Amino acid sequence: MSVDTATVAKIASLARIKVTQAEIEAMVPELNGILAWVEQLGEVDVSGVEPMTAVIPNTLRLRDDVIDADPLTGGNKRDAVLANAPAAQHGFFGVPKVIE
Amino acid sequence: MNQLTDLGVAAIRDGIASGQFSAVEVAEAFNANVAAAQEALNAFIVATPEKALEAAQAVDAKRAAGEALGPLAGVPIGMKDLFATRGVQTTAASHILEGFVPQYESTVSQKLWDAGAGMLGKLNLDQFAMGSSNETSYFGNVISPWKRPGSNAPLAPGGSSGGSSAAIAARLCPAATGTDTGGSIRQPAAFTGISGIKPTYGRCSRWGVVAFASSLDQPGPMARDVTDCAIMLEAMSGFDPKDSTSLDMAVPGWTAALSADLKGKKVGIPREYRVEGMPAEIDAVWEQGIAWLKDAGAEVVEVSLPHTKYALPTYYIIAPAEASSNLARYDGVRYGLRDLPEGAGLQDMYAATRAAGFGPEVKRRILIGTYVLSAGFYDAYYTQAQKVRALIARDFERAFEQVDVLLTPTAPSAAFALGENVDDPLAMYLNDVFTVPSSLAGLPAMSVPAGLDAQGLPLGLQVIGRAFDEQGVLNASLALEQRAGFTARPEKWW
Repeated sequence: MSVDTATVAKIASLARIKVTQAEIEAMVPELNGILAWVEQLGEVDVSGVEPMTAVIPNTLRLRDDVIDADPLTGGNKRDAVLANAPAAQHGFFGVPKVIE
Repeated sequence: MNQLTDLGVAAIRDGIASGQFSAVEVAEAFNANVAAAQEALNAFIVATPEKALEAAQAVDAKRAAGEALGPLAGVPIGMKDLFATRGVQTTAASHILEGFVPQYESTVSQKLWDAGAGMLGKLNLDQFAMGSSNETSYFGNVISPWKRPGSNAPLAPGGSSGGSSAAIAARLCPAATGTDTGGSIRQPAAFTGISGIKPTYGRCSRWGVVAFASSLDQPGPMARDVTDCAIMLEAMSGFDPKDSTSLDMAVPGWTAALSADLKGKKVGIPREYRVEGMPAEIDAVWEQGIAWLKDAGAEVVEVSLPHTKYALPTYYIIAPAEASSNLARYDGVRYGLRDLPEGAGLQDMYAATRAAGFGPEVKRRILIGTYVLSAGFYDAYYTQAQKVRALIARDFERAFEQVDVLLTPTAPSAAFALGENVDDPLAMYLNDVFTVPSSLAGLPAMSVPAGLDAQGLPLGLQVIGRAFDEQGVLNASLALEQRAGFTARPEKWW
């Protein structure tokens, strides 16, 4: 499988990265080089092999259902959560207008 | 050169505890080295001399009051700028996080401060830990303190933990944190003549570590010898309920149990690691390592890891796939950079912010990851890669039925010059050929310096162990270290 300029433009749009036509054209051979190289995996016989889901066997834990069990990551942290926001206003994240 | 900055972790801690020198004297000496080297080496993104001093003063006060001191009391360290540090900018070497000041502390860094360590600063790295040469940082290349004789060409300190490796080799800090996704602790350690260990996946908490590929990312220590790495690793490890993949296991006393006696141990030499075109010097240092381990009492046998050649392509599907989802969080809304062109809507703002904030290698990996996860291609790429990954892990399991540890070179070459591989992403990816397989299997692995090549540049050997057997890895590494007697250091030019 290989990508063309239209595919790269589509992937970039899916990834929400703005790209110029020149960048797209530069990326086509780069991505095709990498994709051609990873396609050698197709030759591996994987019949009967389950895809790996956990590298070290582990069980997913549930924490106790307690409010503010961890004082650092519990509730009432609005100001800390907003501290690094580029445009926090009135206790909210500010974004460009989305509803006309 | 100042004597104190030649000391390692154990020597600093013990010297402070016995009153040979104060923690403040140590912090001041390292602060001075950090400041003097910054322009030439660019190892730090932010220096925090006041943090180092503050921690040192606390240790000196505790000692004066006769209180018990922690296992890293008075040891100033460097912190890779991938660990969130409360009140100190944390960037992952990306423009998109420039100015981000965490309101919380990563679990690993908190454990180090609790053990008595102080922070000299935040170390430079490849952007989002994606790179093998430290050339993808938004904050400029890190320059290795090593040089080829008669040449001024700047050399790569390795990557992604290149600020860590350069700083330790140049005596700007006795130890540092690193993180390893496909070799990011071990390859820079090998390039700069220092030691570094990636523990079993889950040993060190990932909470507060900027995520790259979550099923692979693992913090670990870098230092100038095996004992110092063991002391650091003990302080960094331990169960953390805030990381869902954290190992709920006690941390063994690795340092106390260090032993270079390998009698009764079996060492495997994977035949598939003898790759075509490998420099003769790498092969020679590997043979030397085999002889050293035999001398330490180990039996050495050849083993087979048949799927080795598929590890790199597997990695370059899985790591970008995970990166593309992890890095979706950088949207210009909650933290970090926002680029809002005149009249732009929300979607335009996302796309403009991410275009301005991510470097070329990060974008390349996000696009690859987005492609392999997209409808119609998911099974052919991602599912296939996860199946091959299971086979790679099975290869190791079978090998470890016969042997206790594996010995391989760390990297296929000594340090290369900056710029040598930047135009060819595939050539750069091949740097990780020996480190990626154990990352895919989540196994502990360590690099120790073994010797110098004909140009006088360091070469490293890698020891890979069973899951949870950091002790076996550290012990075999110690046996190598004692026999290598590696004392070479870069001549000071910075």
